[in-house]
Amino acid sequence: MSTNTIVLLPDQSTATIPKMNFLSKENGLLSWLLTGDHKRIATLYLISITFFFFIGGALAGLIRLELLTPQSDLVATDTYNKLFTMHGVIMVFLFLVPSVPATIGNFVIPMMVGAKDLALPKINLLSWYLYMGAGIMMIYTMAAGGVDTGWTFTTPLSTHYVNTHVITTGLCVFIAGFSSIFTGLNFIVTIHKMRCPGMTWFRLPLFVWSNYAASILMVLGTPVLAITLVLIILERTVGIGVFDPAKGGDPLLFQHLFWFYSHPAVYIMILPGMGVISEVVSTFSRKRVFGYTAVAFSSVAIAIFGFFVWAHHMFIMGISNYSALVFSLLTMLVAVPSAIKIFNWAFTLYKGSITFETPMLYSFGFMGLFTIGGMTGVFLGATGTDIHLTETYFIVAHFHFVMVGGMLMAFLSGIHFWWPKWTGRMYPEKLSQLAALITFIGFNFTFFPQFILGTLGMPRRYASYPPEFQVLNVFSTAGASILGVGYLLPILYLTWSLKYGEIAGSNPWQATGLEWQVQSPPLTENFPQIPIMDHEAYDYEWLERQKEKEVTSVG
Amino acid sequence: MTQRGVEGAHQGAHEHPAYQRHHFESVEQQFDATNFAMWLFLLTEVMFFGGLFTAYLILRNWYYPAFVEGSHQLNIGWGTANTAVLITSSFTLAMGVWCAQTRRKSGLVTFLILTFVLGMVFLGIKGIEYHEKWVKHHVPGFHYSEASFLNPASDPEIYKEYHDKALAPDMAAKTELYFFLYFAMTGMHALHMIVGISILVFMIFRAQAGAYTSGHVTFVENFGLYWHFVDIIWIFLFPLLYLISRHQ
Repeated sequence: MSTNTIVLLPDQSTATIPKMNFLSKENGLLSWLLTGDHKRIATLYLISITFFFFIGGALAGLIRLELLTPQSDLVATDTYNKLFTMHGVIMVFLFLVPSVPATIGNFVIPMMVGAKDLALPKINLLSWYLYMGAGIMMIYTMAAGGVDTGWTFTTPLSTHYVNTHVITTGLCVFIAGFSSIFTGLNFIVTIHKMRCPGMTWFRLPLFVWSNYAASILMVLGTPVLAITLVLIILERTVGIGVFDPAKGGDPLLFQHLFWFYSHPAVYIMILPGMGVISEVVSTFSRKRVFGYTAVAFSSVAIAIFGFFVWAHHMFIMGISNYSALVFSLLTMLVAVPSAIKIFNWAFTLYKGSITFETPMLYSFGFMGLFTIGGMTGVFLGATGTDIHLTETYFIVAHFHFVMVGGMLMAFLSGIHFWWPKWTGRMYPEKLSQLAALITFIGFNFTFFPQFILGTLGMPRRYASYPPEFQVLNVFSTAGASILGVGYLLPILYLTWSLKYGEIAGSNPWQATGLEWQVQSPPLTENFPQIPIMDHEAYDYEWLERQKEKEVTSVG
Repeated sequence: MTQRGVEGAHQGAHEHPAYQRHHFESVEQQFDATNFAMWLFLLTEVMFFGGLFTAYLILRNWYYPAFVEGSHQLNIGWGTANTAVLITSSFTLAMGVWCAQTRRKSGLVTFLILTFVLGMVFLGIKGIEYHEKWVKHHVPGFHYSEASFLNPASDPEIYKEYHDKALAPDMAAKTELYFFLYFAMTGMHALHMIVGISILVFMIFRAQAGAYTSGHVTFVENFGLYWHFVDIIWIFLFPLLYLISRHQ
């Protein structure tokens, strides 16, 4: 039969914060710095990535301020180059890649599969320390004068022509890469070997499936980036020549190796976000995710296809026409599993009992913005239009729609969704709904004009631009300030809610996942007893039956 | 914690062996998980070396004559000896794992020490080879000299054996890429050896204290996987770097 954990739940309306939980179990700095508990490590990660998101966001603000006027007047052009480079490096490697997996994934995956912890707690802690090492190196780089290669480190610019801190930035990304390898490795092992009795692969929540797919990408892709960065560093220090045409090397080889990781990295960033959306959409429409198996396999399909499309970043870089043709076709294929997800979420909503709590609002934002981001990707994947659009603001708008409109929305959705579980307290609902709305409006104001700018031909990565582009740039900068408010609000009210938020109880959303069947915040070992999974994922009827039983046993 | 009194489906906490970590349900699960993690880690290593192998294959296709003559400069005797040393070290380590499984403490310590010695011998031979390259100015980036390829007769020792033709200046320049790849690939391999040897030293001390021979062999087994993997990398490096067209 079922687990007996559910009858131990406190009643929702009279809920209190349990005295014994993972936050209160031990006190003192060392109990955090030497912890093996996945929930505490997730908390450490959450604090650190928020800090770097804040720095990356401030840099973005400076970039938009500079672009308010056509001349380069706020900062010098060199400084501008450093601003967008460090914005990119910080946001990609120190925020987006670890955002959902290392925080939310770390927090909920062991609970979702019914385990006491990730398989390798020490490796998990090591991954956080590596992340912090990378972060410190990044801060050092910024203090020492920054780097201006663009986040892609393109050779020969990064190896021969710039005299900024390429080596420390390269090391920073190298170390951050190992942190993400260890996170991915830990997830794969946990999902394979730590599932509780009865938890078959097709009973796993879809969040676990999508993180599994992202972990495959982390484990297989990141080492290639690591060796590429080692070669860049050697090229700069010793002058080895592998990427230097003067010595017989090949700069295109660098791009192949770099994008072999960095294209899958896009899916490392988006897949865990898609997992969040599956959980949220199901919970707030009170329905099983439509086409569970298709959604599960579409995550794996995205991971596999993701490895065979990298050269679409290089259509204008001098690859042959035939390989451009093949890569263009393969790129179109990625649209299939992505569309499967979007359509299945739409069908999940169909005839569901939809409510509009904050996580759901962010999810709606995700679905709309990610769809636009994905569709504009088709323009860039088609070789003909790509030649016109690449290296313009069109591409900037495209990947911000996917990364910010997609991933960041999903991250915020997930943070709001699991906040009651994490802290035991609710966030203020009305205020956060407002924040979701502000984010959505601000986002569209910021990035939609950039599509138009791109089609008009405004190139990316310049501090100045022709005056006729100013109106749209003013729009974009104004939008960025609205967006800034939208991001500042959650930081403020979530901090506020730590002390003053309403007490959540164990299952405020009446969600079905195993993580909702234990107290909030959970015990250090998650479950008093290892649960036995005896129902399908998203089985709301099972939850109803559990509720009835709870009432009888309490009464 | 609250459920300690209840004897659940799994055995009570006091029956667990001391080496079982708290979050695993059974020793088998712990072994399975860590073993699987090691295989995954080795997979990341394959991808890491994969980048270098890709660079090697592309550049070798482009500059084949330079790679052939660069390869002739390597000392095939030392290379073969090192291959033998490394394979033997894999054998001694496998014996060590067997000793750990069958709880033979002195056997385990002996085989670990043997593996350590063979690892050091490998690095020593590698050092001799690196020194030869240094003397002949074949270290890329440090006063690299193309003399042996522009004028093979100036290098009588190699010339006597292979009768290499002089390379055109632009092709001779590409030998520097060959030597870079040689140093990068064998260097990265040697780095993995150094990490392995450091862990071996740690294991020798732990094994003398009686660890690994009381039933908990996961660490030794996983280290064995790592060591064999480093060995296999060399099995690929040896023909790719040393044996390019020795009879041309």
